[in-house]
Order: sequence, then structure tokens, then C-alpha cells
Amino acid sequence: MIIGLEHYLFISAILFSLGLFGVLTRRNAVSILMGIELILNAANLNFVAFSRFVTIGISGQLFAVFVIILAAAEAAVALAIILALYQNIKSVSVDEADAMKG
Amino acid sequence: MDCIQSYVWIVPLMPLIGAVINLLLGRRLGNRVVGPLACLTVFISFCASTLLFLSLTKLPAESRSFTNLVYTWVLVGDFRAEVSFLVDPLSAVMILIVSGVGFLIHVYSIGYMHGDKNYSRYFGYLNLFVFAMLTLVLGDNLLLMFIGWEGVGLCSYLLIGFWFEDKKNAIAGMKAFIVNRVGDFGFMLGFLLLFWSLGKAGVWTIRFTELSANAHLLSAGMVTAITLLLFMGATGKSAQLPLYVWLPDAMAGPTPVSALIHAATMVTAGIYMIARMNFLYVLAPSAMTVVAVIGAATAFYAATIGLVQNDIKRVLAYSTISQLGYMFLGVGVGAYSAGIFHLMTHAFFKALLFMGAGSVMHGLSGELDLRNMGGLKEKMPRTYWTFLIATLAICGVPGLSGFFSKDEILWKAFSSDHGHWGLWLVGVLGAGLTAFYMFRVVFLAFFGESRTDKKAHESPGVMTIPLMILAALALVGGYVGVPEVLGGHNRFHHFLTPVFDRHTEVATHAHHSVGLELGLMVISVVVALAGIFIAYQMYIRHPEHPKALAERFPRLYNLLLNKYYVDEIYHAVFVRSLLGLNNLLARFDLGIIDGAVNGSAWLTKITAKWSGWWDNTFVDGAVNTTASAVISGGSVLRKTQTGRIQNYLLIAIIVIVVIMVVKII
Amino acid sequence: MEGIIYKIVFYLFAVLTVGSALVVVTSRNIVHSAFALLFTFFGVAGLYVFLSADFLAATQVLIYVGGILVLILFGVMLTRKVFDVKIFSGAGQVFPAAVGVAVIFFLLATVIVKTPWHLVGERAMEPTTAEIGKLLMTDFLLPFEVASVVLLAALVGAVILIRKEVRPPKVD
Repeated sequence: MIIGLEHYLFISAILFSLGLFGVLTRRNAVSILMGIELILNAANLNFVAFSRFVTIGISGQLFAVFVIILAAAEAAVALAIILALYQNIKSVSVDEADAMKG
Repeated sequence: MDCIQSYVWIVPLMPLIGAVINLLLGRRLGNRVVGPLACLTVFISFCASTLLFLSLTKLPAESRSFTNLVYTWVLVGDFRAEVSFLVDPLSAVMILIVSGVGFLIHVYSIGYMHGDKNYSRYFGYLNLFVFAMLTLVLGDNLLLMFIGWEGVGLCSYLLIGFWFEDKKNAIAGMKAFIVNRVGDFGFMLGFLLLFWSLGKAGVWTIRFTELSANAHLLSAGMVTAITLLLFMGATGKSAQLPLYVWLPDAMAGPTPVSALIHAATMVTAGIYMIARMNFLYVLAPSAMTVVAVIGAATAFYAATIGLVQNDIKRVLAYSTISQLGYMFLGVGVGAYSAGIFHLMTHAFFKALLFMGAGSVMHGLSGELDLRNMGGLKEKMPRTYWTFLIATLAICGVPGLSGFFSKDEILWKAFSSDHGHWGLWLVGVLGAGLTAFYMFRVVFLAFFGESRTDKKAHESPGVMTIPLMILAALALVGGYVGVPEVLGGHNRFHHFLTPVFDRHTEVATHAHHSVGLELGLMVISVVVALAGIFIAYQMYIRHPEHPKALAERFPRLYNLLLNKYYVDEIYHAVFVRSLLGLNNLLARFDLGIIDGAVNGSAWLTKITAKWSGWWDNTFVDGAVNTTASAVISGGSVLRKTQTGRIQNYLLIAIIVIVVIMVVKII
Repeated sequence: MEGIIYKIVFYLFAVLTVGSALVVVTSRNIVHSAFALLFTFFGVAGLYVFLSADFLAATQVLIYVGGILVLILFGVMLTRKVFDVKIFSGAGQVFPAAVGVAVIFFLLATVIVKTPWHLVGERAMEPTTAEIGKLLMTDFLLPFEVASVVLLAALVGAVILIRKEVRPPKVD
């Protein structure tokens, strides 16, 4: 079987689902961040795969570049938030950050 | 191809640049730079508008329309949303009015706002306001128009509440914003309904030209629904019944802002929108009737309120509402060009009236009450003469601009296929009232003895020169549209006709004689002159009469003075309805249930006991059950607010999954 | 055209990516998670190579592995009680989350299989760096500049967020 678009899409779908699962269930804020990175990688893989097989251009790769840039910015800010959270409640467990509880 | 045609974007861009510079750097630049800079940007817009207008007149009448694509914003399949500007006779006239009158108001503001500590913020907002209005007018699609529409609403909020340190002003700003939101809601629904229903017919577009070409695909009921919803938006933005309540309160802002809102921007948006959507309104005669009736009713209704108000700006505000009613009457009977014509002449004289009132306030250090003015004729001659010209124009005295435009509307209201003599009659009566209350203002403010100790002085040249320019426009502005019956060519009408022509602007001259038209014209002039005469009698010859009249009809006087209590009614209906319901229930409880209890106790002991039992079990029980049901319901709902982001996310994902599954299956 | 070696290497990378991703979300030790994430990133970089995206593969290694992952490791170390935190959230939603994610994966798989992809062929295997550079300076100039502003804003924002608040001395 020739390795085609569907293969990449499947890998990407698995990565996405795993990332989503991590975001939904992990308790540690840093782990949630890792889940988000997995999701972003899944999206990137899709961009590049479509760019190779469907549009035959390079714009998909450029989108991936921008996603990486934003992921870097997002990671920096998210970690700053986690550190600020840690300073305030002495924990990185998202279960304890529930000041909005009704 | 004139080269200016590919530079349409300069018109809205310049005020935007001015706004950005003034808002970001204004404080650094200092007041000497800020004011002239703001004026300069609007002036460049005005020059560009003039060039566009001239290049448009060079084209043959049928092809006077071009678009200037700046940027493709959204492109999905065949659907495209663009930042693209449409210049045709309608928008050309509108940008001339907006930038021209806007420029004069900017110049005037330099003098009026002199010494205000938020000078640069003021001019930033003012520029932004002009930018939003120009975008609204020039946009060639619904989305761009909507951006301008909302932008205008935002700027009015910012400027009405400009002196927000005083809570009253901040509340007036919020009121304007909220009432406008009610109308905007209708506008948005109409816009989405139009987009959706045309899309179902196979045309996904938001461009006016394509919408108009495909309007026939819509069913009659759908068109009526769309046009009524759009009109709801217009009643909010253009202050018509029942959403006019924000406009009188908009006086809380600086006076030049009132001039801008009432003359050049904001309130004219609704008229423009309906004129732009004429292709839909022509297909919905019942919606047009609604527009015309509401317009005529507003014209008369607001005029009656204007009769007795004592605040000079408030009188002018109600006169604006009334004049806008005339414009809606015009577009409602299919006379779009007459409506736009009145919009233009009204922009001249209403800006002039407001700036004159501002000049009076300036001279009397902030005095607004007509009862404390008087005798300003000698002290402020320039303000007096310009104000008088504007008043004559708004009254429809022959020869001035207001006469031509108002009479065209009234004639069309009488003669067009959508018209009715009843509409004409209401319009003429309103015109008489207008003449009365406007001259009441003039007589109270400028004639008679001074009723204040303040030393009045004439305003500086930077304020009076714009007044004089506007006065000249108010004098001669009407001559672009002299009707045929008076030997003119009505060039304004013919210039605008191509925009409305394809949908057959209602032909009128076929079955009405010239004599009838002249006769009606004479009647309306006589009514207006009668209004002036009565005002003269009441306020110059016999100044004691108004008071006697008010004492003789106290109820009517108070009803008018309190603006038919509409604000109070709205407050009661929408704000205090819950509170009112509570009181009603309490009274029910006190009056009926307790009464029954007492009555039965008084009759026999047994029934007393029985009713006591009734009271305890059923009445109290019902009350307690309701209370505990609310508490337990609340605590159940409370549990869903865990404060844990992951719970919320999971719920969102489950919903997405459900939607996807439903969509796929 | 594709040799057996090609396929074997591809599947190796695919398994590396998916397997280490699985470790990332299930491992009990957060440091293990972080190192598994490293392998996931490498795996994705390898897949980029298969997709003839050489520049991206290099970027992936440089930024994700060299930047973001190091950042995450710092985050792990700077928050001391990391190891005390229970792995799974106490919200009691592991099971519903698993079901939801499974359904989503099933839907995605259905879409992937059923959609008649409009395949027009494959891009030739050639270097892309020069072309990306050109596009960034022409068609994508505005997004490029905006991205740099976003990065700057994120930088400043992160610094402000974690800065210890210095209260000015009170003046009466």
C-alpha cells in the first residue's frame, strides 16, 4: 500500500485525540500544556500533508510555520500563568484553581 | 477614466488617520496641532468627495456608478466580502454632506471646545465618527455598511458621554447606546434574513448591486419581513417612533456633537439605508406604508412636544425628530430623491441651528433655558442673523432651502401612488407647528428684554464663520432642486434618479394638474406663515398669553412638557416591570385575600377558622413552595458551576460531538 | 517507486510519534511525560521530512525541542510540588472524556476514509527553504510582521505575569 494522504491524516487524528484526552483529564497544568502542544502538532501535520498532496503548494507549510510561532508564544505565556498560579495557591493542580466555583 | 475614481478610499481613510493620531498622540502634540489636524483630515475628505462628485457628473447619466475595490476580506467559494466602496449619485451626495458639514462642525469645535482638558480625545472621537459615517455611506455591501452602522453607534455613545464625570451624561450615553442596540438587533436580523433567503434562492451575496439585481427571487412575504426588520434598525438610528427617546437625551454631549449627530452623521443613516435598499422597499408596498405612516406620525408627534420645551437644545432635538419624520414620509411614499433632498437641506439648517444654539450658550456661559434668555439680537448679531435664516429655512418660507425640499415631500405624499391625503394633512399640520415652535425659540432668545444678569458676548470668528457659510448654504441650497412647477428643472432629482430609476420611482405627474400642486404649495406656505404669526402674537405682542394658555389647559400642557411621559412609561414597562409585578401581587394579597379573610372572620368563627386554615396552607404554602423551589433549583444549577475549566471543556466537546453526530446522520 | 525501506522507516516514525504521545498523556510521572513529548516532536519532525518539508522539520526540532520543551521542563522544575499532584484530574471525568474523545476519533476516521480527497499528485522532493523565505517577504509579509509583534507581546506579557509585584511606598 502506497503511503498517501490518509496515513498522515490518521496519525494526525490519533495525535489530536490523545492531546484532547490529556487536556481533559490531566490534573497538572503543565501536563495540560503538553496536551495542547500535541493538538497543535496534529494540526500542523494536517497542514503539511494537505500542502503536499492536495494543493501542491507551499502555503500549507507557511501556515505550519505560523502555528509554530504562535505555539512558542502560547507556551511562554501559559508557563508564566502557571508560575503565577503556583505563587498564589502553591500548587499547579487545576482542581485547586476554582475561584469561579458557583 | 478619471484617476480619482481609484482613490475613493482616501475619503474614509483620512478621518481614520486623524482619529488614530489624535487618540494616540494627541496629548503629546498639544492643542494647537490637534484641532487643525482634525479639521485638515476632514477637509481632505471633503476635497476628495468633491472631486468624486465632479468626476461622476462627467459620466453619462445611466452609467454614473463605480466601485473601488480595496481589499478582499473574505473569500469562500463564490461568496466574497470585500472592503469596497461604491460611488453613485446617492453616496456622492451623502459623502459631500457628511464631509462638508462635518468639516464646518470641526472648525466650529476648535472655538467651542477651547480650554477643555480632553481636547485631543474629543477630536479623535469626532474624526472617528466621521470615518464611521463615511464607511457606512460608501460601503458597497451590507457588511461594510454594518461596520459603519455600529461604528456610528459606538462614537455617539463615546461623544454623548464625553463629559462622563457627570453621571447624568454617562447615563445619556448609555441610553443612546442601548436604545440603538434594540434597533440594531432588528437591522441585523433583517440583514441576515436577506442574506439567508437570497442564499436559499441560489445567490450568496451581500453586495448591493447584486442584491438589487436578484431581489425579484424573494417571495413577497419574505421581502416584507426583511424590510420591516431593516426599518426597525432605521427607527433606532434615525430616532423615529417608538425608539426616538435617546435623541433628546443626546444633548448631554458637547453642542457641536449634537450638531454632528443631528445633521451630518448618525440620524441620517436610517434614511440613507432605506434609500439604498429601495429595491426591496419597492417590492413591499405594505412596508412602505408602515414607513410613511410612522414618518408622518413622528413628524407631528415630535412637533407637538417641541411646542412647550424650555431647553433650547431640546426644542431643536424634537425638531430633528420631526424633520426626520418628514424624510421617512418621503421615502415611505416612494419619493427617495425628495427624502434625500430634505436630508441635505436639513443638514445645512439643523447644523446651523445647533451651532447657533451653541454660540448662544457660549455667549451666556452655558445657559440653556429659554426663559433666561432674551434680547440677544443686539449683543450677538451674527448669531442672530444666521439663526434666523436657519429658522426661516426649517419653517419652509418660500425661497429658502427648506421650502423646496419639504414641499417636494408633501407633494409626493399627496400625489404618489403610495401616498394619501391624510399623510399630506398630518405633514402640513406638523409644518405649521414647526414654524410656531421655531419662531418661539427665536422670539424668546433674541427678542424682548434680557431676562438674565449674565453679560452676553458674540462668539469668536472661528465659530461664527462656519455659521455664516452654513447660513449661505441654507439660503441657496434648495435651488439645486427647484420643482418643474415653479419653472425649475429639479436637477437634484434627476441626478439621483438613476439610483432609484430601475425600480421605477413612482411617477406622479400623470394624473395631477399643475394647479393642484401649486394650490397645495400655497396651503402649506400659508399654514407655516400662520404658525409664525401666532408665535409673533403670543411671544412678542402678548407675552402673557402663553402662561394664560398653559394655565387654562394644564393637563395638555403638562402632557406635552413631560413628552407624553414616554420615558416614564418605558421605564415602568421595561425597567420596573418586575418590581411592578411584585407590587401588584402584594396588593392582590392585601386587598383580596386578606379582605376575604377578615370578612369571613367577621361573619362567623367557623368560616374565620376555615379561612385561617386556607391562608396558612394554600396562600403561605404556595408562597413558601415557590421560594423553596427557586432555592433548590438554584442549588442544582449551582453545581454545574464547578469553576473547573476541564468540566466546561468536556461539556463543550460533548456538545460538539452531538452536533457532529446529528449532522452526519 | 517507494521501496520497502521507505515504508519501514515511515511506519517506524509513525509508531514513534503515536506511541510516545500515548506515554505523554498516560504516564504517572510528569518528567517521563516531558521526555516522551520530546520523542513525539522528533517523530513529527521525521514525518515532515517524508512530506518534503525540510525547513519545517528543522524548525520543529529547533523550536519545539530546543525551545518549547525546554520551557516546559523549566515549568516542571520551577513548580516544586509537581510530583505530589495526582495524575488524573479529580473531576471524575476520565471515563466520559475517554468516551467523548473516542467518538471524536471515530468521526475523524470516518471523515478521513469517506471523503473523496481531491488528490492532484505529489510535490516533488525538493528544498523548500528558499521558497518559504521568498513567500514570507512577499505574500505573507503582513502576517509575518504581525507574528513578530505577537511574539513581542507574549514576551512582555510573560515577564509582567511572573514579575513579583513591587509595591510603591505609600505616600500620605
